[in-house]
Amino acid sequence: MPPLASTAIDRRTLIRGAGALALAPALPAWARSGHAGLATAPGTLSGDTIALTVGERHFRTGGRSAHAVAVNGTLPAPLIRLREGQHVRLSVTNTLKEDTSIHWHGLLVPFAMDGVPGISFPGIRPGETFVYDFPVRQSGTYWYHSHSGMQEAMGLYGAIVIDPAAPDPVASEREYVLVLSDWSPMHPHAQLRRLKQQGGYFNMQRQTLAGLIAGRDQPLEERLHWGAMRMDPTDVSDVTGSTYHYLVNGHGTQENWTGLFTAGERVRLRLVNASAMTNFNVRLPGLAMTVVQADGQAVQPVETDELQIGIAETYDVIVRPVESRAHAIVAEAIDRSGLVRATLAPRIGMAGAIPPRRPRPVLTMKDMGMDMSGMGEGGMGDAVIDLSQPAGDPHAGHSMKMRDPANAPGVRMGPGVATISPMPVDRIADRPTGLEAEEHRVLTYAQLKSATRNPDTRAPSRTLDIHLTANMERYMWSFDGVKLSEGAEPIAFRHGERVRVTLVNDTMMPHPIHLHGHFFELVNGAGDHAPRKHTVNVLPGGKASFDLTADALGDWAFHCHMLMHMHSGMMRVVTVRHEGGGVEDAA
Amino acid sequence: MILLLLAAAAQHHAGHAPASPAPATERAGPPAPADHAADAVYDPSAMARARAAMTREHGGGTFSQVLVDRLEYRAVRGRDGYAWEADGWIGGDIHRFALATEGEGEFGHAPDEAEVQALYRRAIGPWFNAEAGVRQDLGRGGRRTHAVIGIDGLAPYWFDVSAQAFLSTRGELQTRLEASYDQRITQRLILQPAAEVTLAAQDVPELAVGAGVSEAELGLRLRYEIRREFAPYVGVHRERKFGAAARFARAEGERASATNWVAGVRFWF
Repeated sequence: MPPLASTAIDRRTLIRGAGALALAPALPAWARSGHAGLATAPGTLSGDTIALTVGERHFRTGGRSAHAVAVNGTLPAPLIRLREGQHVRLSVTNTLKEDTSIHWHGLLVPFAMDGVPGISFPGIRPGETFVYDFPVRQSGTYWYHSHSGMQEAMGLYGAIVIDPAAPDPVASEREYVLVLSDWSPMHPHAQLRRLKQQGGYFNMQRQTLAGLIAGRDQPLEERLHWGAMRMDPTDVSDVTGSTYHYLVNGHGTQENWTGLFTAGERVRLRLVNASAMTNFNVRLPGLAMTVVQADGQAVQPVETDELQIGIAETYDVIVRPVESRAHAIVAEAIDRSGLVRATLAPRIGMAGAIPPRRPRPVLTMKDMGMDMSGMGEGGMGDAVIDLSQPAGDPHAGHSMKMRDPANAPGVRMGPGVATISPMPVDRIADRPTGLEAEEHRVLTYAQLKSATRNPDTRAPSRTLDIHLTANMERYMWSFDGVKLSEGAEPIAFRHGERVRVTLVNDTMMPHPIHLHGHFFELVNGAGDHAPRKHTVNVLPGGKASFDLTADALGDWAFHCHMLMHMHSGMMRVVTVRHEGGGVEDAA
Repeated sequence: MILLLLAAAAQHHAGHAPASPAPATERAGPPAPADHAADAVYDPSAMARARAAMTREHGGGTFSQVLVDRLEYRAVRGRDGYAWEADGWIGGDIHRFALATEGEGEFGHAPDEAEVQALYRRAIGPWFNAEAGVRQDLGRGGRRTHAVIGIDGLAPYWFDVSAQAFLSTRGELQTRLEASYDQRITQRLILQPAAEVTLAAQDVPELAVGAGVSEAELGLRLRYEIRREFAPYVGVHRERKFGAAARFARAEGERASATNWVAGVRFWF
């Protein structure tokens, strides 16, 4: 992609702009370019009664067009703006030929209103209308999406903004919602089929002989090490820019979504990653971002230059452009196979400069769960992987084998488990995948501190380890080596108990893990000001822990938010019951 | 308290920022409930239907693939020949049914060698499948039927390997070992060396099979993936019969070894 450095109005941009206007009905008014901010955005749905209709339509971006699933005819779906303390009735009418559903991601609702077919409710059959009815108990930036089939990958997602009952502590002169997403004209079921046929199907950035000769990527010795393990260090994303267009509010780079500002204003950007399969690196070159919310929950302001937003996460950031010029908003897929540029500009018709493409990341031994930093001089470069050593050799000390059941007693070993991280370390303070060596500031989870004291500061009464397991070659994904479809038992909690859950990533990919119906506190060193999240992106080969107060009675979904990982079985039902099994008085 | 400190120290030792304390005492989790919370709110039969669909949809999918690995022209000293090798499967992650076929011949003639295998294929580990089934020979060499057992998969260093043993209805035992490697030169240009060795327990003159190492094939094919699913290629193919097998071939008026240029297409869907 050539750098496009025009900040002036050029003719082609104007023509494209006209094209975008012609397609305008596909985009909800709030998502269109050039309005002055959310306060004035028409087409936002709010009030006590909201009607949504799920239907088919065509969507077109970057010159390619395909079938989409839309809400009220738009992609992304309408922005829903609510107020903390209100009650809302959302009627959802299904005009598709298949079942649908809507899950309110991050909203604390009664389990029967959570919108997961087969867990919370039966789903919405074709031609039917289902009325969701719940009190709004929180404020912040959230989103909603289908939990049926792969409709989410086909466009059924939208943002929810809930204004606090008290005056908003975050001051800004303007605000925009930025819904980041990935879009492919290839049907998601066809994508999954290709991945099952060939795990690396969409990876067009693998290591090659030409690269070796040119001195790029790993040296030969390292390639042999990785080859011996049948591991691909460029396997960062499953579905990539080789098929995806990346979108901001339904706009590709060419369509250049634009938000307006006046120099000196504080602009609040509500970032939502509504992608099916894409974690994004987000930055505005030349502008610092102050993070004020994570997953809708207020955090102590922290300034950074770039953040990685896992699928299903939300971040609110404040930027303050002081110059009256166009600023690019860049959301780059973490494997660098593509990006989308949007623009903050003093007037419509300007385009932020697209920064030069950065080299794609190459995974390291740490991403395979072998952190050698504490193992004497030499570090990970000198790591010797002994594939011949028998498991449990008493002379070996801790086994460094790549697939030793002794390193994960709770995991059912089978064809679906290619590797077990031999030495997974807590990576909560690590920079996210691919941003390890960036020279500017990069947000880590350890920097997030809740703005308010956590509501429950009890020490957990028990621990629970859950392994994230996979076989990329067979494209199998699971928890603890067991797919949901294999009759996996629910993960059971007692109502009100506090549990430390540790997610151990035995794969080489980050996994954004989402628990429905709850916020949990990340164990990140922030003590009683731990950040409260609904989704945590667990870095490759590493661990992340959270403390959970199981305070929401009922049955809930718990899954990887990589849609195709979930569909391949990386999911569980979580139950929260009174001692003895009941759910009486579920809110 | 001491336990608590130890736990905290252990955590610290692992190289993290000091966290809130881990539990000092472990309590067992509750048993998983046998009922479903939503059954009390919605029609239990509607929930049962949705639950069955939800369970099936998250990991229980059925997939399939047809891979024509080789479909090629072979130039053999003025004679025009052809060869094919294909494999198709349908099933889930673990259990699959597969049909495989390969053969070769001269244009204008029935194939010299042709076979079809019907196999049950099962994943037995992260990298390997075991398979068992039948093989039917259809070429000029005779219409034998064999029982097949085999293993195929991905060996360390990314070698595709397979081994099959055949026991014919006449009691003849053979094995076939194959290995290949995809060397990516660029993202789309791939050089594939491949080798195949046939071993036999006894002579089978009408099939030109000799006891011991009967035949070996070596190939080097350079393909260009216009799409992942469609790649034309050119290459060279050498085959050689050994010992008794070579004698049988010569007796039939054929040469014991041959080197051919090949051009073909690899495709899958």
